Amino acid sequence: MSEAPVLRVENFSKQFTLHEQGKRIPSSHNVSLSVYSGQLTALIGPTGAGKTTVLKGIYRTYLPGSGRILYRTQAGHEIDLAQADEHRMLALRRMEIGYVTQFLHALPRQATEDVVAQPLLHKGISKTDAQYQAREMLAAMNLPQRLWGISPSTFSGGEKQRVNLARGLVSRPRLLLLDEPTASLDQYTMERVIRLIEKLKTEGVAMLAIFHQKELVDRVANNVVTLEPPPAEEYALEETA
Amino acid sequence: MDKVLEVAKLSKVYGQGCPSCYELTGPQHNTNLCFRCGSIVAAHDVSFDLYKGEILGIMGESGSGKSTAVKCLYFDEPPTAGQATFFDDDKRYDLFALNAAQQRRLANHRFGMVYQNPHLGLNFDISAGGNIAERLLMSDMDNYARIRHQATRLLSRTEVLPERMDELPKTFSGGMQQRVQIAKALSTNPPLLFLDEVSTGLDLSVQAAILDLILEIQQEMGTAMIVVTHDLGVIRLLTGRTLVMKYGRVIESGLTDQILEDPQHAYTQRLVASAL
Repeated sequence: MSEAPVLRVENFSKQFTLHEQGKRIPSSHNVSLSVYSGQLTALIGPTGAGKTTVLKGIYRTYLPGSGRILYRTQAGHEIDLAQADEHRMLALRRMEIGYVTQFLHALPRQATEDVVAQPLLHKGISKTDAQYQAREMLAAMNLPQRLWGISPSTFSGGEKQRVNLARGLVSRPRLLLLDEPTASLDQYTMERVIRLIEKLKTEGVAMLAIFHQKELVDRVANNVVTLEPPPAEEYALEETA
Repeated sequence: MDKVLEVAKLSKVYGQGCPSCYELTGPQHNTNLCFRCGSIVAAHDVSFDLYKGEILGIMGESGSGKSTAVKCLYFDEPPTAGQATFFDDDKRYDLFALNAAQQRRLANHRFGMVYQNPHLGLNFDISAGGNIAERLLMSDMDNYARIRHQATRLLSRTEVLPERMDELPKTFSGGMQQRVQIAKALSTNPPLLFLDEVSTGLDLSVQAAILDLILEIQQEMGTAMIVVTHDLGVIRLLTGRTLVMKYGRVIESGLTDQILEDPQHAYTQRLVASAL
């Protein structure tokens, strides 16, 4: 690979300490991976291997335990997201790093097109432009137009998933984290999403995605990283404090 | 991004205080009452910064010191120790070194405050419009027609019927009183707004409408805000970063989604686990 990766994760590990129960729960264990511009790295492995934890660690929804998360910014600086200060992290989320979570969290009183336009508004794009781009993305996701003006809280799983994807893709982040983006989609919509992912690749977006279907991995992944559940001895650790 | 406020080691002790006050209080002692001298350590060693257009949450239960911190910054209470610097364009103010007149001027012109109790933020003896006019007069606007126009505009923005602007606040519902308070606080277009439990005690639907309004205003005007609340839902909806306080101390701080999904401190874990 001639080009330097956009993201390089080195020996990332994360455990959760539950004070109330006096327990430590191991999650991701010693994960290393690279993500390149215009390519998709797939994260696979059994449930409990800490795949989502890796994504949340990169996005800093979880505080990373150990290891380094080296991100190369638009401006060409390399920063360790595990150490980056909060304002830096918020700015990166706004401008460069996108995250499509497994489940859509939206306010029950917010219209679908506003949910999708939100990341654009945060990026400083005008309301009219944001709305236009949001509608375009919803159309690309094959979501019926009659649903755009109502809240996604009553939508089916597949419809919610499409809104969630539209919201993640609309702002064209440099690095996109995807947590099972096609889990509840029908074949037709899935094909559309795959085409969209291919399009994002040609635009140079670097993607790290959790997938469960092997067929999908074979079709869209440039690199595959397999996670194993943490070794049994880690579960034996009880909190001492 | 520009910094609006920097708070360093802010402390507030009610009572005469003694050399042991700080040592004998805090989360590890489960109290903020100093047993040696009987003083209350309401807040100690509170430090944070706030950037333009950012909403910072201060979360904690009653008596954690979250309101005290904000009251000191709005000059409602003098702090016992600590520093706070307010950055306004290219000017900077050492807040606690200013004299009373200078502090009043900043509070009237450049800060806004919305209290949980509308009686603290509004004068109940004058009309809703009069309340806004009062603040505008204090900030040197003295043209009657302009004041009236500005008050009408603000009340419509906060969804209070302008036809009711000449009524006394006591004839308004709780939610409406909060809207008038918000309109009053925003009247001078302040770069910094303090919100102290603004939606507590309101009906859920009214609460949601008030919070949506705050969020809209923040996006329109880019106002930096400090939101004090015990309500996790308010924290989740409004804030990007959060401080968690207990017995006067900041026990944890971080990005709001991280505080809610991966809290580190035992107390925060318990708080998050008790969400409905």
